[in-house]
Amino acid sequence: MAYLVSHPDEVKVVTKRFGQGAANLDRYLELDGYKAVQRALELGPDGIINEMKASNLRGRGGAGFPTGMKWSFVPKESAKPKYVLCNGDESEPGTCKDRLIFEHDPHAVIEGAMIAAIAVGSHDAYIYIRGEYRYLLEIMQKAIADAYARGFCGKNIFGSGYDLNVYWHGGAGAYEVGEESALMESLEGKRGVPRIRPPFPAVVGLWGGPTVINNAETLASVPHIMLMGGKQYAEIGVERNGGTRLFSLSGHLAKPGVYELPLGYSLRKAIYEVGGGIADGRTLKAVVPGGSSVPCLKPDEIDVALDFDSMMKAGTMLGSGGIVVINDQTCIVKFALRTIQFYRHESCGWCIPCREGTDWLSKSLKRFHAGAGVAKDIDDMRYLAENMLGRTFCPLGDAAAMPIIGFVKKFREEFEAHLDGRPCPYEQHGVAADLAVLR
Amino acid sequence: MKFSEQLEARYADMLTHYPVKRSVLVPFLLYIQDEFGYVTDESIDELARRLEITALEIRNVISYYSMLRVKPAGKYNVQVCTNICCLLRGGEQMLDHARKTLGVAVNKGVTTDGVFSVEEVECIGACSWAPAMQVNYEFHENLTPEKIDRILDEYRQKAAQ
Repeated sequence: MAYLVSHPDEVKVVTKRFGQGAANLDRYLELDGYKAVQRALELGPDGIINEMKASNLRGRGGAGFPTGMKWSFVPKESAKPKYVLCNGDESEPGTCKDRLIFEHDPHAVIEGAMIAAIAVGSHDAYIYIRGEYRYLLEIMQKAIADAYARGFCGKNIFGSGYDLNVYWHGGAGAYEVGEESALMESLEGKRGVPRIRPPFPAVVGLWGGPTVINNAETLASVPHIMLMGGKQYAEIGVERNGGTRLFSLSGHLAKPGVYELPLGYSLRKAIYEVGGGIADGRTLKAVVPGGSSVPCLKPDEIDVALDFDSMMKAGTMLGSGGIVVINDQTCIVKFALRTIQFYRHESCGWCIPCREGTDWLSKSLKRFHAGAGVAKDIDDMRYLAENMLGRTFCPLGDAAAMPIIGFVKKFREEFEAHLDGRPCPYEQHGVAADLAVLR
Repeated sequence: MKFSEQLEARYADMLTHYPVKRSVLVPFLLYIQDEFGYVTDESIDELARRLEITALEIRNVISYYSMLRVKPAGKYNVQVCTNICCLLRGGEQMLDHARKTLGVAVNKGVTTDGVFSVEEVECIGACSWAPAMQVNYEFHENLTPEKIDRILDEYRQKAAQ
């Protein structure tokens, strides 16, 4: 069971029902449950999309694409059935927020998926949950069954004449499946190898039908937008970045945890106030601010607002909202190595720059960290990573390359400290070398 | 071959979810693994027959997903995360402690009594509560070596019952 934390700066929208037993349908109904979907039925597709556009809600999976606009791309008329797909494959290292949503408020995800379906004229919504989250899949299975038992899903929902089915689906361990086209492949019973785009899922998606794919947190935000109105939701955040986000704070913090903060909140405050500052009286060395895929920031770069545009301007990304804090006792080369080993493990091998790039970077960094690096390796690693960018079907290649480029660029001196056969200046435990591992 | 009654019911229910049969494949393989301890040759052939695809296609899918295995693991598979957030909070030491305590190599083999296997895994979504591990599907978080000892003892007792 994941633990709940709290901080006075939080604005509780998505987390409003956390800790209140809302996985139970009766309790959910007491907490305004399934009112939003009825409001959506009154609004109709155009009304819903207008509210969503006004809300400035942007995709919480990582890319930050405006949700209302995404929904508006789905053609009104389609010969093939349309689908809604909730992405609950949460796997980005540093990110553990969807877990809390599924555990504490599963009906909000169902309701959000239903509203998305009504908006685009779909009658079938799928909620995909990663295989490791078995207990959450079971919570979701029960929530869906309960919603059917009351007639909230299925035929003629709320007497509207609209039929809407909601289904669960489980994964079996694959980071890459969190990418939208790979997610669809997985749901079709295949390896999660990404599809080339265009055509985009909004036109040709699941089983060839137009498909809307949204992150679980995005969909869990939707019922609240329907109830409070898009404009009011937008006002919680900043310009072009509406509402709140669940930030997963991890690493060397005194108070790690998942906190819901308004977009535009200060990264410095998130680290030093909400997260309680660096644990054990240490100091900050770096922060990876949006899940493992984004370039790190140095301590003098953290006066930045946590919204998609400000983070982009700062040379990084808001990503998945996973803020990984690294203290001064950490070896950045080791951290970079562990990062790339993850992507090497997760690369499906379909695109050569990603398959070969992650492997070469992994080998280079392993050798480098062990003290067998030469000066030329530093630039070679950066060159290799830069040449992976934009050359793959899905963003996994970019996700692997971007953090490595960042580490080499910003912590060159730490790489240089490993040269000439010197042992890693930070290695105290000596366990890393004798670990019998897959890689 | 026949699956258990429960698994057959699961299969029949899942078939109603999708416009094509093949979509049951990924989640159902995991349910098969839960029943037999791994995805057996017989169950692959059975599923191939039911879904009207080749056994090779199913094996191709199995090899993509890290949770699926075609060989037995321990009754309790101890999966320790060493990804970045766990790394920062001692994940590697936790993995090392687990393997030394149980006397079994990481990602290789099972303890002689068949109770435990140890696996190094990628991010399991417990970053804010690192270091973390899963034993089968159960999460164990904010680990210390002492906490791991207590947890393993509990599973050892459960296995003896």
